[in-house]
Amino acid sequence: MSSIMVSRIRQKQIAQMVASGKRLDGRGLKDYRPIKVETGIIEKAEGSSRALLGKTEVVVGVKVEIGDPFLDRPDEGVFTVNSEFVPLASPEFEAGPPSEESIELARVVDRGIRESKAIDLEKLCLIPGKKVYVIFIDIYVLNHDGNLIDASSLASLAALLNTKIPVYVVEDNEVKKTNDYIPLPIKNLPVSITLANISDKLIVDPWLEEEEAMSARLTITFDKDNKISAIQKGGPGALTPQQIMEAAHMAREKAEELRKMLVKT
Amino acid sequence: MFFFENRQVVTPGDLLAEGDYIAGNNTYKEGSRIYASRLGLVEYGEKVVQVVALNTFYIPSVGDQVIGKIEDVNINGWVVNINSPYQATLRASEALNKPFRQQKDDLTRFLDVGDLIFAKIISFDRTIDPVLTIKEPGLGKITQGQIVKVSPAKIPRIIGRKASMINMLKNETECKITVGQNGIILISGPSPEHERLAIMAIEKIAQEAHTSGLTDRITEMIRKEKGAKK
Amino acid sequence: MSGKIRLINENGLRVDGRRPNELRPIKMEVGVLSNADGSAYIEQGKNKILAAVYGPREVHPRHLALPDRSLLRCRYHMAPFSVEERKSPAPSRREIELSKVIKEALEPAIFLEKFPRTSIDIFIEVLQADGGTRCAGTTVAALALADAGIPMRDLVVACAAGKVDGVLVLDLNDIEDKEGEADVPVAYMPNLGLISLLQMDGSLTIEEFNQSLNLAMEGCKQIYKFQKEALRSRYVTIKEEVEECLR
Repeated sequence: MSSIMVSRIRQKQIAQMVASGKRLDGRGLKDYRPIKVETGIIEKAEGSSRALLGKTEVVVGVKVEIGDPFLDRPDEGVFTVNSEFVPLASPEFEAGPPSEESIELARVVDRGIRESKAIDLEKLCLIPGKKVYVIFIDIYVLNHDGNLIDASSLASLAALLNTKIPVYVVEDNEVKKTNDYIPLPIKNLPVSITLANISDKLIVDPWLEEEEAMSARLTITFDKDNKISAIQKGGPGALTPQQIMEAAHMAREKAEELRKMLVKT
Repeated sequence: MFFFENRQVVTPGDLLAEGDYIAGNNTYKEGSRIYASRLGLVEYGEKVVQVVALNTFYIPSVGDQVIGKIEDVNINGWVVNINSPYQATLRASEALNKPFRQQKDDLTRFLDVGDLIFAKIISFDRTIDPVLTIKEPGLGKITQGQIVKVSPAKIPRIIGRKASMINMLKNETECKITVGQNGIILISGPSPEHERLAIMAIEKIAQEAHTSGLTDRITEMIRKEKGAKK
Repeated sequence: MSGKIRLINENGLRVDGRRPNELRPIKMEVGVLSNADGSAYIEQGKNKILAAVYGPREVHPRHLALPDRSLLRCRYHMAPFSVEERKSPAPSRREIELSKVIKEALEPAIFLEKFPRTSIDIFIEVLQADGGTRCAGTTVAALALADAGIPMRDLVVACAAGKVDGVLVLDLNDIEDKEGEADVPVAYMPNLGLISLLQMDGSLTIEEFNQSLNLAMEGCKQIYKFQKEALRSRYVTIKEEVEECLR
């Protein structure tokens, strides 16, 4: 359980509101909190962003290095996603090895980027089988007020779009860095949408107290062609197949909205 | 409406009945439907639908007599393992027949780690671990005999209808048999052979608890074993 | 992920000869470990997985105990020899994530609120892996829970569906999982009609996803029968043996 305890009466209020089609913070069931995305906020990183989802705040930094490709993909660059729930973000976060939640978050964001082929990895090979670009995507949660997955995937995509990679030249089977930079080649724009099941109704973008009151959540990541790239159910409860399909349709609609908004900024 | 035959094996989630029935042991109700919550044999009564579980663990209940093992001694009592998710406590005042003097009485002289006791549960709820007493006739420290452990689900079968099974066991094996509701049974007989026979019989009852004609079969088995000895 | 290997042949059959909507052979057994409070074993294709349940029992460390329900913990772990190349025995990030999603798949089925201040611990050991181990692991863990006598609303059964070579298929094996276009693992409580684990990776349209979900649920329903049979047979066998002796 990743967040502060919400009183029983509060949970009941949240559930009753949702049952009547409303939310305690005044939002409709399908409304996101105000979203703000900034990029280029960390000069030392090759790409960076900050995303605000209401009070939830996430910073993503992208670092680029040169390294070895995977054995089974010698012609492709490599990327990894890591997340840190730093203790300053919530009274519930502790220093130490990454929690289950933090590992799940990173893996869900990773899956969205990987399965939609957002990064054009084939263009990130310098010497096949030997030298490729390695892209490190580090998610830093600064304030946890619910729906970390959507905030993180949005911030990650924004940071990737903001990333410039150094140009290398290959001489005598060695790579040499030049002073030039080019944008990281991006092929797709995955957007994840998280819904929560409260009182057998679906809401999008649950905030912290709603996460306490929800029985289950569902994150669905859509690519730019409206295809699903990744899904993750979380939380202790269960969903009917009808709810899942309803969620998929809701998520597709919201994903388009969010993608448009992101591309504009 | 019933969806199984009486005493058929059911598994968790099986829809047992629909209509105006009461959800008995090991079942749960959603609307007018009763489902099994444990693996076991379904029993349809006139009002109650229940499942006789094939395996359970012991959840304490006030008034139950249990056999437990002293796990720890602290300043004013003992911690007792009663083969349950919840550890029991036995306060000195529920064990000693005289006022307990914390400064002078050495509790380990009465009961020490590893000792077995036959005790009764005097309180238990969801906030407080079970509390025991041994200050009633028949309760107290166990000083002789052998212990056999079975699933607590089998205890009713070992006792039998109107104690028929347990009385038969006592008569046929000549052993004193003390049954803890927590699945621990104490057997104390005139000789280790008598005790071994009783243990064998109890293990067989546990194994075949859900079959019919058990009392007769067990009686027969004991008599055959006794005959072989002579 | 694209067509280096043909996964569906000209007769529409899969690499292991199955039809698209066919499960791998399944074998299950309950009560296989004497120390555990409940245990079970499953073979699904080349997957070989053991599950053990301990509890409800006292929580260690004690401060983790919950005042209003039992603490459910789950460890999904792969043996170092379970895959082609030796896997480090230290839990990987993948194993930690799967432990979480499997726990959450089983959680809605268990009456945790009946046993406050205790823990129920589930251990899943994959002895051999051939794709779909999170699903087979969930299926076998549910059996171990039922064997331990833990009250449940329903059994949980899991199966994946997905897309390989453009065809929607049931119960993907390792190579189909790795080389195919999409994988949708699903855990289902058939009597309640509820889905408690759902993941997906790859690329599917909403319609394809809908079909995969339905296909996976159909697979779950078939496996559910095996599950119930495995639980029943343990006791029915004893009963039959006794009745045989009486004849």
